[in-house]
Amino acid sequence: MTTSIVAYIGVMAGVTYLVRMLPFVIFRKKIKSRFVKDFLYYVPYAVLGAMTIPAAFYSTGNVASASVGIAAAVLLALKNKGLLAVAAAACIAAFAAELLMKFLLV
Amino acid sequence: MESKKLSFKEGLADGVPIGLGYLSVSFSFGIAAVTQGVSALAATVVSMTNLTSAGQVAGLSIITAAGTLLEMALAQLIINMRYALMSLSLSQKLDTGFTTPHRFLAAFGITDEIFAVASGKPKEITPSYMYGLILLPFLCWSAGTLLGGIAGSVLPEMLRSALGIAIYGMFIAIFIPPARKSAGVLVTVIISAAMSCGLRYIPLFSHVSSGFAIIICTLAASAAGAILFPRGGQKEAEAE
Repeated sequence: MTTSIVAYIGVMAGVTYLVRMLPFVIFRKKIKSRFVKDFLYYVPYAVLGAMTIPAAFYSTGNVASASVGIAAAVLLALKNKGLLAVAAAACIAAFAAELLMKFLLV
Repeated sequence: MESKKLSFKEGLADGVPIGLGYLSVSFSFGIAAVTQGVSALAATVVSMTNLTSAGQVAGLSIITAAGTLLEMALAQLIINMRYALMSLSLSQKLDTGFTTPHRFLAAFGITDEIFAVASGKPKEITPSYMYGLILLPFLCWSAGTLLGGIAGSVLPEMLRSALGIAIYGMFIAIFIPPARKSAGVLVTVIISAAMSCGLRYIPLFSHVSSGFAIIICTLAASAAGAILFPRGGQKEAEAE
């Protein structure tokens, strides 16, 4: 690994700031293109979809316990529970699954 | 009707619920960072300088995969491109006191939630209000990351691995409710997730790094969503 963490963070921060700052400082007109508006509207959801699947299945180091955690999260999210409740449920379910597997495999 | 301008104090108050929400998300980001081998300190610096969730998580995976700086820049550009639209939209309702130096400074704090609250205000946005609104979320986002990083470093392995799923639980909680209401959001998420799996598992694409995978999925799925499910006049109604 040759790239330093400082360089990574510098690029991250620089690009993120420019994206926020340039339109705020320079542009004074509204975006007219409907396609661009819709595209930007869908971007966060596309990002979340790509980042969550399949990565979430490897997030606990064990696909089985992660699957249990994801199932719990989906279930609670479908019931419109808040972010914290859903995240906590995913952790607890994954932890319980790991405990159970350890118990059964010993 | 009072004509008083929006104050710093009012901004602070509006920032409280955002800050509380940020604490938990950044806490899980801190855990995810140390789990992937990035120090708590580095993770905290990332949070203090970026103030965004999705971009930071993607950045983390690029750092741990030793990706290139170009990949990092492109990933941040595309994932955070939505802020450009928010900045643009918010720039239309700024108070005359919002001079260029204030714009340079306040632009740093435009996040999904801060934008949503600021643009929902019936009055024009003053610099004082904007700084008040940004302050607590910024502090909570930074402190939460540090605490998560420290907790992630000291917790036993099994507990830590279970906590590694927290941030994905939050992601799921963010996209599932709107995906139930909007076919466009649902299809966008499905296309993006399917492509993400394809890029990961199909041997032909095994050289595509995680950062570029997110870029490709985001561009294609968002474009598909915009083409297949145009949102009509909804956006204008929302912006008023």
